[in-house]
Amino acid sequence: MSVDLYELVVGLEVHIQLLTKSKAYSADPAEYGALPNTNISVITLGHPGTLPRFNAQVAEYAVKLGLACGCEIRRENQFARKNYFYADLPKGYQITQDKTPICTGGKIRIKLDGVVKDIALTRIHMEEDAGKSMHDQDAYDSLVDLNRAGVPLLEMVSEPELRSAEEAYAYLTEVRKLVRYLEICDGNMEEGSMRCDANISVRVRGAKEFGVKVEVKNMNSIRNVQRAIEFETKRQISVIESQGIIDQETRSFDAVNGTTFSLRSKEKANDYRYFPEPDLTPLIVTPEYIEEVRQMMPPLPEALHDRFTGEFGLSEYDAGILTDSKPIALYFADLTSHTENYKAAANWMNGPVKSFLNERALEMHQFPLQAAKIAELIALIDAGKISFSAASQKLFPYLTEHPEANALEVSETNNWLQNEDSASMDEWIQEAIARYPEKVLEYKGGKTGLIGLFMGEVMKLSQGKADPKKANQLMRDALHKI
Amino acid sequence: MTVNTTVVDELAHLARLSYKNEAKEEIVSDLNKIIAFVEKLNEIDTDGIEPLIYMVDETNVVRPDIAHLEISQGDGLKNAPKKDSDYFRVPKVIEQ
Repeated sequence: MSVDLYELVVGLEVHIQLLTKSKAYSADPAEYGALPNTNISVITLGHPGTLPRFNAQVAEYAVKLGLACGCEIRRENQFARKNYFYADLPKGYQITQDKTPICTGGKIRIKLDGVVKDIALTRIHMEEDAGKSMHDQDAYDSLVDLNRAGVPLLEMVSEPELRSAEEAYAYLTEVRKLVRYLEICDGNMEEGSMRCDANISVRVRGAKEFGVKVEVKNMNSIRNVQRAIEFETKRQISVIESQGIIDQETRSFDAVNGTTFSLRSKEKANDYRYFPEPDLTPLIVTPEYIEEVRQMMPPLPEALHDRFTGEFGLSEYDAGILTDSKPIALYFADLTSHTENYKAAANWMNGPVKSFLNERALEMHQFPLQAAKIAELIALIDAGKISFSAASQKLFPYLTEHPEANALEVSETNNWLQNEDSASMDEWIQEAIARYPEKVLEYKGGKTGLIGLFMGEVMKLSQGKADPKKANQLMRDALHKI
Repeated sequence: MTVNTTVVDELAHLARLSYKNEAKEEIVSDLNKIIAFVEKLNEIDTDGIEPLIYMVDETNVVRPDIAHLEISQGDGLKNAPKKDSDYFRVPKVIEQ
């Protein structure tokens, strides 16, 4: 199979379940995990004579996401009915937006191996989720839970501009990061609060026309989207290579063996017979409203990343880790208002702080120390009062247990401060040299790597209090003089 | 447009309706009559006129995001043709 001959073309549809308290068009709770069929209302159940009422929060979240992606925000929004029959859609139609999506255009910026690529968005529109059907609980019946029916969603549709499974992975990672920064969705693909359908086709490299696209569903992690695209690429190329024809169809991903299988063939194409929803009045999004929402926008990962690499001079790598989640990025930003040693601040975040959280499976907001306290540690190290190893291995763990303690006082009491008395430093150095007369000769003979041995001895004798940098210099001088 | 048996079959599929085959001719003729009647509207010149979708002029009829429950699980399940203590039960809609 000559893979290089072909080019992969992918567009992604992402469903973003919004973190509202109530549903999109009715007041019953939108929370996840309640007992089946308890978060319901007559509107959710589609009872005759009931009328929907739009949840204002949904518009705010849609505008937030649109602003974050640089979309154009539509002034006059209508809702539409998408008609189909399914047991978990009691009304017989989904209230969505058809011809007037609230957001059009915009982009998601991805970075892959240092290369920046903007993936254009087609649209973002507001709609509602369906209920949940369970087919494997009973031999004859499907069980329907309508708690999720009517929960608000944003559907984000990309242009078919993704060219590899890795790009799709990077795209979804960015979308998830964005919705979490905006706090409009928890971005949990495993629990289904963020879902993704992939439109996948291949064509001969350089061809102008797209190949026949296949829609793949049911990938419950970003990694599985990548796996599904990798599998589909190979499958479609092998069909083409064996003179076959790709069916335009919907396929489902099987996570167990990493393959896709046909879900329904095109025998009866769906016809959703969209028409305007007359029960909901138009939603007018004014420039004043958009400005109001703009004022509420939190700092976004891209802006923070630029600030961290620009103003603070951090590496792409450090800035990438620090902006991965909003709580970490904001903590770091707070830390930089207490210290100017940005590199040290980044190292503390990505080193001791991260390890502390990982070892205890804690989130950033559960971290016991104020950013100012970490800045105190950095200041003590920079002043040469304590070594990094004593600070990170002794003082830091102590402070996490006693967040109110004064870093300097604690270090004094526990004798963790670096001994700057050069007299004792000199003693340790002489002692270390005296212990290994033969090694001194070898060192003088050119085995300069032995400096490590002497240094180790000094650190042992000083019980870790010697400033390694200073000790190293003094040790070299001492050996040189012999 | 003209309705034929193919169109009726498609509509019936979308509407999940079934009917006896002998009824098909009658449905075709009824639907054609209805469409002919409605097509009378095409005689009116509507160029440059916005379609009327809403019967009121109001916009932004919204509610704040406050959750409250008005019916219980028992109330919700009451009218279902088939149910158990927690779920609506429907004929299996997917082949395993």
